Amino acid sequence: MDLTAVIIVEILYTIASLIIISSGLAVIFGMMKVINFAHGEFMMIGGYATIIAVKSGINIYVSILIIAPLVVGIIGVIIERLIIRHLYGRLVDTMLATWGISIVLIGLATMIFGNTTEGITTPISGWQIGDYRINGYNFFIIMIAILIVSLGYYLLKFTKLGLIARGAMQDPNVASSLGYNPDRIYMTTFFIGSAFSGMAGGILAPLVGLTPNWGTAYIAKAFITVVVGGPSIITGLLSSSTLFGSVNQIFSFITTPVWGEVALLVTAIILLRLLPKGITNSIFRGKL
Amino acid sequence: MQSISQKRLVSGVILALLAMYILPNFIEYSTLSLLIIYAILALSLGLIWGFGGILCFGQAAFFGLGAYSYAVFAVNIGESSIPFILAILTPALFALILGAIMFYGKLSDVYLGVITLVVTLILFRFANSTAGPEYAIGKARLGGFNGMPNFHTLNVPGMPDVYIWDLDFYYVCFILLIICFISLYFLIKSSFGRICIAIGQNEQRIELIGYDVRKYKTIFFGIGGGLAGLAGALYASWAEIVTPGLFSLSQSAEIIIWCIVGGVGTLSGPILGAVILGLLKYYLGQQSLVDNNLVIGSILVLFVLFLPNGLSPALANLWVKITVKTKSRRPNTRRKKVSRAVRGIHNE
Repeated sequence: MDLTAVIIVEILYTIASLIIISSGLAVIFGMMKVINFAHGEFMMIGGYATIIAVKSGINIYVSILIIAPLVVGIIGVIIERLIIRHLYGRLVDTMLATWGISIVLIGLATMIFGNTTEGITTPISGWQIGDYRINGYNFFIIMIAILIVSLGYYLLKFTKLGLIARGAMQDPNVASSLGYNPDRIYMTTFFIGSAFSGMAGGILAPLVGLTPNWGTAYIAKAFITVVVGGPSIITGLLSSSTLFGSVNQIFSFITTPVWGEVALLVTAIILLRLLPKGITNSIFRGKL
Repeated sequence: MQSISQKRLVSGVILALLAMYILPNFIEYSTLSLLIIYAILALSLGLIWGFGGILCFGQAAFFGLGAYSYAVFAVNIGESSIPFILAILTPALFALILGAIMFYGKLSDVYLGVITLVVTLILFRFANSTAGPEYAIGKARLGGFNGMPNFHTLNVPGMPDVYIWDLDFYYVCFILLIICFISLYFLIKSSFGRICIAIGQNEQRIELIGYDVRKYKTIFFGIGGGLAGLAGALYASWAEIVTPGLFSLSQSAEIIIWCIVGGVGTLSGPILGAVILGLLKYYLGQQSLVDNNLVIGSILVLFVLFLPNGLSPALANLWVKITVKTKSRRPNTRRKKVSRAVRGIHNE
């Protein structure tokens, strides 16, 4: 009984963390069809921003939920204006350019912070369930994931901003002929996407030792979650995160965490072979 | 046209042979050997990306697989000739299977990138987790994060005690590079190569003409994998250790950057890119002012933005401009006359 509860919480936690680390990439890919390979490094910057803010005495929740997204969002917009703006519509070139940016950011972080591990402690203490103990911070991550998904759904479905965004997503030409500047829509999207990446970095920062190339561990996972999810941002993110999170945790319990990860990656390959355009292109078609 | 480009090939090979003897006077030959191994690796991606239009994010998978299979077979067999051949065949076979999975499923672009990337990651994770004694192939323990040292390095075929090392190893690498270059040159000139190039340019049209695009792409991908495996086997022999780092994301990134900087769509470009960036990395490693990643990343971004065709075509254009300026104008005017004559015929 206790074990089942723990396993369920662990599975929920894995799904939630997949949602959190992929949301930034999903926003940018879903809206602009741009794969941001520097996503992992945006997370890394978010993590450093959080750690610096906490160490200089700012409340940890303020650092995670406000400072990290703001810092990374601004950096994202600068990069978008300088580099990515010139490459819209060239899928492979944007991927390569953002890959270059990610390498540059790793280099910069190494020069600034050095090749050392930084860390802060988690703000929530553990909970006891029967004989087992669960990290209380896991619940915080699950809460944030639920918040992100419902807020995203609300914004896209019920607000005017969301309507414009969905319109621009479906057909940028029609949106621009109706008087909405696609350039500004893209810039805003990139800001929001980068801000999500930064927040993801801030949320995960207390759980890990932060090094300059920490982000590379996440980019592949986020990448496959988003691509397998397919064209619908929220349904795609939810369905692929749920699938991958469950596969990963179940295999981790049966064997070892390494095989859990391998199982996740193999599932991704099989899924892409069967549904080459993502889950939401063939199963949940037309959802948000 | 054919004879001109073949004349160019012959003069290029002669220049390369000259360079092979001159270069060791300037740079240590162990560094040079590594640069040449990188060049072969770059050629493997340059072939499938530049000519077949297949952007593989996981070329490092075949490179690492080549290195690992060389090491495993060398430990078990105790000499280097058969492992060397197997180190080419294993990644080639792996690439064929992977290619068949992808191309018969009609995957392209981003999805191709995802799958190759994920496969590389699986191999990386797997190789990292093989530290225990239960992970062994025959006598060879895979060694996990620490890698596999102590295997038989390259020897003269048939004589397991006569090792090829130092300057001789450098010559072997260089000659292998030249052989690869020439065979790829003839490969892309062959009818098979022409079809592959055409597929890279317009897949749908070739399919409608009646060729089985999936088969051609798979075989082409397999050739690229085998070539990367060759580079891997040489690397294993050069480094005398294989580690999971060979499968890493940064290794794949490096190969792509060599191709972009050198020039995608040419055979000389990737070689040029690998040598230049390899040297740059070597010199950057000797100072601590600027981080290596910062420079390499900036180069990638700048090339994607401003010189997407790479150095090789740019240099070729420059060369043409210089030679046209210095030569007399006669051939130029003659060409104009000819074209005028042709136009005249058309007008009649």
